[in-house]
Amino acid sequence: MQTNYFILMHHELIIAITIMLLLVIKVGSDKLSNQLVANVTNGLLLASLILGFIVQPEGNVFGDMFHTDGFALLQKNILVFGTLIISLQASTWLKDYEHTAEFYILLLSTLLGMCFMISSRHFLMFYLSLELSTIPLAALANFDLHLKRSSEAALKLIISSAFSSGLMLLGISFLYGTTGTLSFGEVASAIQLNTPLQLFAFVLIFAGFGFKISAVPFHLWTADVYEGSPVAVTSYLSVISKGAVLFVFITVLFNVFALYAHSWYYLIVIVSLFTMIIGNLFALRQTNIKRFLAFSSISQVGFILIGLSGGTHTSAASVVYFIVVYIFSNLGAFGVIALVQGLTGKENINDYKGFYLNNKMLSWMLGISLFSLAGIPPVAGFFGKFFLLLSGAEKGAYWLIAIAAINMVISLYYYLNVVKNIFIDKSDTSIEKLPIAIQPRIAMIICVIGVVGSGLCGGLYQYIYQLVK
Amino acid sequence: MNLSLFIILPILTCLGILFAKGTQQIKWIALFGSSVQLIMSIVLFWQYIKLPAINTPAFQFDAVWYQAWNIHYHVGVDGVSIAMILLTAFVVVAGVLVSWAQDWLSKEFFFLLILLSAGAYGFFISLDIFTLFFFLEVAVLPKFLLIGIWGSGKKEYSAMKLALMLMAGSGFVFVGLAGIYFQSSGAHTFDMLQLSQAHLSKSSQILFFPFAFVGFGIFTALFPFHTWVPDGHSSAPTAGSMFLAGISMKLGGYGCLRVATYLMPEGAHYYAPYVIALATIAIIYGAFATMMQKDLKYINAYSSVSHCGFVLLGIGMLTKTSITGAVMQMVSHGLMTALFFAVIGMVYSRTHTRLVAQMGGLLKIMPFISTIFVIVGLCSLGLPGLSGFVAEMTVFVGSWQNADKLYRIATILSCASIVVTAVYILRATGKTIFGPMTDSHHLALTDATWTEKTASILLMVGILAIGMAPFWLTNLIAPVSNDIIQHLAR
Repeated sequence: MQTNYFILMHHELIIAITIMLLLVIKVGSDKLSNQLVANVTNGLLLASLILGFIVQPEGNVFGDMFHTDGFALLQKNILVFGTLIISLQASTWLKDYEHTAEFYILLLSTLLGMCFMISSRHFLMFYLSLELSTIPLAALANFDLHLKRSSEAALKLIISSAFSSGLMLLGISFLYGTTGTLSFGEVASAIQLNTPLQLFAFVLIFAGFGFKISAVPFHLWTADVYEGSPVAVTSYLSVISKGAVLFVFITVLFNVFALYAHSWYYLIVIVSLFTMIIGNLFALRQTNIKRFLAFSSISQVGFILIGLSGGTHTSAASVVYFIVVYIFSNLGAFGVIALVQGLTGKENINDYKGFYLNNKMLSWMLGISLFSLAGIPPVAGFFGKFFLLLSGAEKGAYWLIAIAAINMVISLYYYLNVVKNIFIDKSDTSIEKLPIAIQPRIAMIICVIGVVGSGLCGGLYQYIYQLVK
Repeated sequence: MNLSLFIILPILTCLGILFAKGTQQIKWIALFGSSVQLIMSIVLFWQYIKLPAINTPAFQFDAVWYQAWNIHYHVGVDGVSIAMILLTAFVVVAGVLVSWAQDWLSKEFFFLLILLSAGAYGFFISLDIFTLFFFLEVAVLPKFLLIGIWGSGKKEYSAMKLALMLMAGSGFVFVGLAGIYFQSSGAHTFDMLQLSQAHLSKSSQILFFPFAFVGFGIFTALFPFHTWVPDGHSSAPTAGSMFLAGISMKLGGYGCLRVATYLMPEGAHYYAPYVIALATIAIIYGAFATMMQKDLKYINAYSSVSHCGFVLLGIGMLTKTSITGAVMQMVSHGLMTALFFAVIGMVYSRTHTRLVAQMGGLLKIMPFISTIFVIVGLCSLGLPGLSGFVAEMTVFVGSWQNADKLYRIATILSCASIVVTAVYILRATGKTIFGPMTDSHHLALTDATWTEKTASILLMVGILAIGMAPFWLTNLIAPVSNDIIQHLAR
């Protein structure tokens, strides 16, 4: 029985051990180099990732509060993988940073929370892990210690996430009041149609999720937080934290509130429409590249929600697949931005004028990532978006995908605008040739392989699809 | 023949270019790759006409790509696809040859050029509409960068306009595809052969035909959506214009025929009057708009709008002859317009102006370029013996087979546009080639280099081969259009 715990929770255990190890290191010695701390963490994350693919247990612990199976393990692997890439990319920034160990401790704490969240099959467990995953994030957002806007970002993040957690908690308590249980399985069978309080509870929980994935109208915190946080934290917020909440969202919508499928279908359709349109319209006007990616990530969430509206196995698989593709493409873009920001401090779109002439590899990297985000083949974003929209069309909402297609045109405009700055425009003050250290280089190569390969090879989607089934 | 080679070879060429050192090496690799591709296309053509007549596409290859959605990588060719592949191969080789002087960022230039051609080849060999759609969009990125980086004039604006309008076209196409995918009877599939056997209700066809047709139509300058054509073509570098007009616009015509019309026959019949009306407007509007242009590239770009109208007219008329004519017009216009842009590029690179008013008497200074200019102009206005005449004549004859009054009027109006074509072509040619010399600096200019000559002769061979002996092309296309008409009548 004891070994069972260890095997079922191997992701969480390794991450917890890493956190402990870092704590001990921090307390024990101040002299350890940042590089060592980073390498140890990366090594353990890699070990956890490899283990996640080899050891694939299935079962429940903690009185069925914690459940793991192939699909959950896949989701955790995706998150660990993304975190590993971010950690590699952050090394330029962390090299001379005095609080590297704390950075990793907080980062891994949120990751731990997310892993628990994915496996949770009980609303209490879910709520606990959600809090574990958000509170350290606020501290992380504040990690540019000398910057005022970084503190502002942290404050905005903590207030908005506390508010959304409050909403969600209220929903959960209504749910408990009407069904008498908080276990996902029991709630699903106890839920009835036409009970206003349960519907209200659902709306509150939905709103809570909406905050976390920054769907419109709950998106207002996103841009400021993204702009203020250090690049590594921004990329973590935009892919990992969002991805984890979306994974749970799939479970909650498809399993717990399956009976309300008809209601949430329209809710999701409306929210996705607004998210897409508003995200796009705001992204058009941005001049700061981090803010720009923040709004573009809002519109991406709109597309994800369209995929979610299908409500079938293929739509769940499409969402997970898109998140993987999104991790590759967004981290590809953030990798370059992190490097540029870390070495030159520049983060305006205009600063990238003439970038191509000095930095060919980085430009292509950023260009390919942006094309993937825009959904242009042959890179993977095309497949991701195609399947999301196809899932949305499955229920006959052709008008919805027509609007989504128009939104893809709008989004293409602003992605191409950045591409234009990089490749076409010229400037006297263009960025010099930047040296690329070994860790970011590895991360970039992984991202390029992912962006190009995960679409052209149909195997990844099929793998996800089989696990969903 | 293994059709996948048509995609693999350009990709290998691209990789070769990527690892090449020095401009010379890059050019030769690009030329070598595209020439091998041309030889392969001719071999494919040869092998195809040797085959016994069959009703299914030849050289099929089918592999599962995305099993969950029943998406296959399914390729195969019939007469129409082979005609388009031949066209692509000719234009690509010519495009590489006329870009021989391209020294600035040459690696990226040839890489994107060859990538663009890979998209076109992949499009023409696809039998699965997902694969087709994939390759349709592959070409967007190279087009944007080719115009944006190496273009001239208001290139940023043109590149963006082109990319956004083509993306909007793809968006429409996507909705059409999704409709066909979900509404067809039987298992959900993107396979064209299976879809053509499946049943799609008339109401669905009426709903989704416009999406697919307009979507592809944007690529081929369907009337209200033609505005990207003049800007895009005139801002692009020479090879870019050749590819855009010669190949990219043909993707749209091919898609209108293969996806919209073939898979939604009832929708095609229902919307035929509208298609014809829009095509006629494009033909006449394009012709008159050309009259007003002063820039040679704009002249050819607007005349492309007019000429591509014939393609849509032929498809809209829905007779065997008119569809054959439409495909012939695609091939003919592709070769002709590519050559025209090539010649304009040659003139521009020497005189540094494209304005008709600033040129004159070029025949005495550069006889080879001028001769080609005259011949291609005559082809454009439909002189018998050149490809333009054969293709347009076939469209007219096919159109006249419809007895309905609207169809007759449209045909007569379109015929009349040829007179306008003659006016602008003869005027431009007369002024630039034969008129008095306007600029004494032009006396020092040189005639075509060997690469430019080779490119011109290559395209000229194609134009003459269709113009003098159209039967080989007709025999290639007619069985397919017959098949399409029978399918429509079902």
